[in-house]
Amino acid sequence: MRLADIVARCEALFEDLEFRAVREWKAAHPGAKAIGYMPIYVPREIVHAAGMLPVGLFGGGDQLEVIQGDAYYQSYICRIPRSTLELGLTRRLDCLDGMLFPSICDVIRNLSGMWQILFPDKYVKYFDVPQNYDDAVGGAFYRHELASLRDDLARLAGRPVSDDDLRGSIAAYNENRRAVRDLYAFRAARPWQAPTAEVYLVLRAGCVLPVEEHTRLVRDYLAAAEATPRPKRDNARVVLTGAFCEQPPLALIKSIERAGCYIVDDDFVLVQRWLVEDVPESGDPLDALARAFLHRSTQTSSRYDEKREDKGRTLLAQVKSRGAEGVIFAAPSFCDPALLERPMLQDVLARHGIPYTAFKYAENTGQMAPIREQAGTFADSIKLWTAA
Amino acid sequence: MSTPAGSRATPAAQTTTPKAVVKEDAMWLQKALINRNYHDLATARERGRKIAATFVPGNLNELLMCFDFARSLPETNALQNALRKRSGKLVMEAERDGQSEDVCTYVKADIGMFLQGEVGPTGEPLPRPDVLLLSYTGCFTFMKWFELIRHKFGGETVMLHVPYQADGRIRPAMRDYVVKQLRETVIPALERISGVKFDIDRLREYLKESQKAEEDLVAVLQTAKHRPSPIDGYFGAVYYIGPIFTAFRGTPEATEYYRVLRAEIEARLRAGKGPLTPEGDHPGEKYRLVVEGPPNWTHFRDFWKMFYDEGAVVVASTYSKVGGVYDFGFRHDPARPLESLAEYCLGCYTNLNFAQRIDMICRYMDDYRADGLLVNSIKSCNSFSAGQLLILREVEKRTGRPAAFIESDLVDPRYFSAANIRNRLESYFQMIRQKRLAAGVH
Repeated sequence: MRLADIVARCEALFEDLEFRAVREWKAAHPGAKAIGYMPIYVPREIVHAAGMLPVGLFGGGDQLEVIQGDAYYQSYICRIPRSTLELGLTRRLDCLDGMLFPSICDVIRNLSGMWQILFPDKYVKYFDVPQNYDDAVGGAFYRHELASLRDDLARLAGRPVSDDDLRGSIAAYNENRRAVRDLYAFRAARPWQAPTAEVYLVLRAGCVLPVEEHTRLVRDYLAAAEATPRPKRDNARVVLTGAFCEQPPLALIKSIERAGCYIVDDDFVLVQRWLVEDVPESGDPLDALARAFLHRSTQTSSRYDEKREDKGRTLLAQVKSRGAEGVIFAAPSFCDPALLERPMLQDVLARHGIPYTAFKYAENTGQMAPIREQAGTFADSIKLWTAA
Repeated sequence: MSTPAGSRATPAAQTTTPKAVVKEDAMWLQKALINRNYHDLATARERGRKIAATFVPGNLNELLMCFDFARSLPETNALQNALRKRSGKLVMEAERDGQSEDVCTYVKADIGMFLQGEVGPTGEPLPRPDVLLLSYTGCFTFMKWFELIRHKFGGETVMLHVPYQADGRIRPAMRDYVVKQLRETVIPALERISGVKFDIDRLREYLKESQKAEEDLVAVLQTAKHRPSPIDGYFGAVYYIGPIFTAFRGTPEATEYYRVLRAEIEARLRAGKGPLTPEGDHPGEKYRLVVEGPPNWTHFRDFWKMFYDEGAVVVASTYSKVGGVYDFGFRHDPARPLESLAEYCLGCYTNLNFAQRIDMICRYMDDYRADGLLVNSIKSCNSFSAGQLLILREVEKRTGRPAAFIESDLVDPRYFSAANIRNRLESYFQMIRQKRLAAGVH
C-alpha cells in the first residue's frame, strides 16, 4: 500500500466525527457491541475479549462546533468534556453501547456521572485504577475492578468472557503494542521518514479500528515509510509531553514540525503505549493485566509517584533513549494534572540541563503563528546551544 | 475545602470600615481552638513533636493523634490567609514561581506561603511537615498538591487512595481496599515516621469522642429545618464545622465545643431567633436557600452580607459536608475503627457520584423547605464545579423550584466580582418572589 494512501485513510478516520468505521464494523458484526473509552488508559483487552469493539474518544477536535456541550460547562473547564458531550448529545455516539471513563482527573470523573444521567440507557462505568502499587493491596483492588468490568461486559454481550478469550485478546494487544513500539523506535531513529503528524494519525486510527486491523495498518505504514525516501532536515529533536488527554489539533503538530522540531517521543494516545512491555499470555489473565498495570506501565501525571526521586523518570528516559535535545510542554488549558505536574518536570529537566519550552492549547486552537514562532525559537536556541 | 477560624473580625473589603463583630460564645471558643492549633504547630519542634499535613476531606485526624502528630490542614491555612487578605500575594508568588494561572488557588496559596517564609495565618511560624498524609478523597488535585510540596520543600508522602463511589454505593471491595491500605501502608509508615507504636484502643477512644461531636453537629445543622432557621447553614456552618473537619475531631475539646454550640443554637431556636450575622441578629428570613459549592474566602463577609441584607438564609449546604457527611446516619464507630475510618473517607461529599449529589440536594430542598438552589461555582475546584450546571438543571426539574448560578474562587481575590454576584442574587430573589406570587404565596 502506498504511503499516501495509508495516511489518507488514517486522516479520513481521524476526521470522521460520525464514527462510520464503528458503524460499519457493527453492521459487519450483527449483534456485536461497541464500547467507548476516554483517555488515558482502559484495559481494552477485556472489551475485545467480550467480542466488542473498543472505541477511543479524544474529544471533538477542531472541526466540531460545540453548542450544547458548552451549556454544561463553565469557561474555566477544559474543552474535551464539552466536545465529548456535544458528540453524545448530537447522537454521533449512538453507535456506542457503553462508555468507560478512566480515573484521570476530576473533570472526566464527573463526566462519568453526567453521562449516567444524560444517557440513562447506555452502559457507563467509571474505571478506577489503584494509586497503591502493592500487589496485595492496590493489585487486589484493581483485579476486582477488572473482574467487575469483565462481568459487566459479559452481561452486555450475553455470553461469558472466558480466561481463554482474555488470553487471546492479550495476545492481540501484545502484537499491537509491539507494532506501536516499533513505530516509535523507527520515528526516533529517522524522524524525517515518519513525521509525527503521520504517526499521530496512524495512532488515532487505532481508536476506531479493530486491534488486528490496526496492527496491520501500523506495519504497513512502517514498511511504506521506510520505502519512501524523504529529505533529512537539520531539525531539533524534541520530546512533547502533557498532551495525554485533550489532544492538540493536527495543525499544531504540523506547526511544531514545520518550525524546525522533530518530535521523537510524545504522550499522545497513551492507551496504546500505557503498558510498556508484553503482558504474559499464560496464567491468570486478570492477574497478568493487574501486574502489568502496577509494574510495567508508563508514568504520567494522573498517576501517583511514590517517591520524590521518581518524578520525571520516564521523561528523562524518553529524552535519553530517543536522543532528544529538548522538551516541549504542551498542555491543554485548564488541565489540572498536566499543569500541576509541569513545574516539577521542568525542575527535573533544569537539574539535568535539558532545555524546555511550554505552551497551552485547546483542541480547537486555531492560531498557529504563536506556536510556530515559539517552537521555532526553541529549535533555534537548541541548535545554537548545541553548536556552542 | 475547609473552614474558617473566627476571623470575622478581619475587615472585609479594603474600603470597609472595621466594625465590632457579633459572635456566639461557641464562635469565640472555635476561634480559640483553631488559633491554639496554629500555636501547637509553631511550637511542635521545640516540644519534640512531629508534624503531619493532611487534607480536610477524608482526614484521619483520630489516627494521626494516635502517633502524637501535630496536624496542619493546608486548605485551612490557605483560607485563613484569604480571610486575612493575604492570599492574593501568595497566589501570585506561586505563579511567579512557575505555577499555572489555570490551577487550584488553594495549592498556589499554600506554595506561596512556603515561598514567603513559612509563616502561618496567625503570624507564627508554620514548620514544614514531616509527613504529608495524602487522603486522596474526591479530588485529584490533592495528589499533585502534596507531590508539589514534597518536590519543592521535602517531606514524605503517604498515600491513602480512596476509590470513587461511581455507582452510588460503597462496595465491600472498596472498603476492604482502604482498610488494607490503612493496615499495611499508612499505619506502618506513620509508626516509622513518628516512632510511636500504633494502639488501636487509643484510636477507639478518640472515635468515641468523634461520635459525640458528630451527633451534636448534626443536631445543630438540622435546626435549620425550623422556620425561622436559627442558623445559616452555609456562612454560619463553616464556623461550626471548623473543629470537626480539622485537627480536633476525636478530641474532648471538640466534644465540648459541639455541646456548647448545640446548647446555644437550641436556645436561639426556643427564642424563635434567626441566625446571628456579623452585624447582629438576622434582619428576618425572607428566602430559604440550599447552596452547592464552597464559599469565596477573600470577601467572605461581603459575600455573606449580600445574603442577609436581602433576608436570605441558607438552610443547608453541600460544602458543610465536605469533611464528612453525617446527616444521613454515618458515625465513626469505635467497634469497627479502621472500617469506619474507611467508610468516612468513602462517604465524603465530593467522593459521591452525580446522582447521589443531586439526590442529596433535592432531599435538602424538601427537608429544609427551601425556596431554591444556589450554585456557587468555584474556579479552582473542578471536583465540585465540573458538571454543576447539570446538577442545577436536574434539581430544578425534580423540585420545580428555581436555581441560580454564580461564580467566584476560593482564595484568589482576582476572581471575586461583587457587582456581578450582587446582580445575579438580586435577580434570583426577584425570581423567587415572582414564583411565590404566581403560586399565590406571599
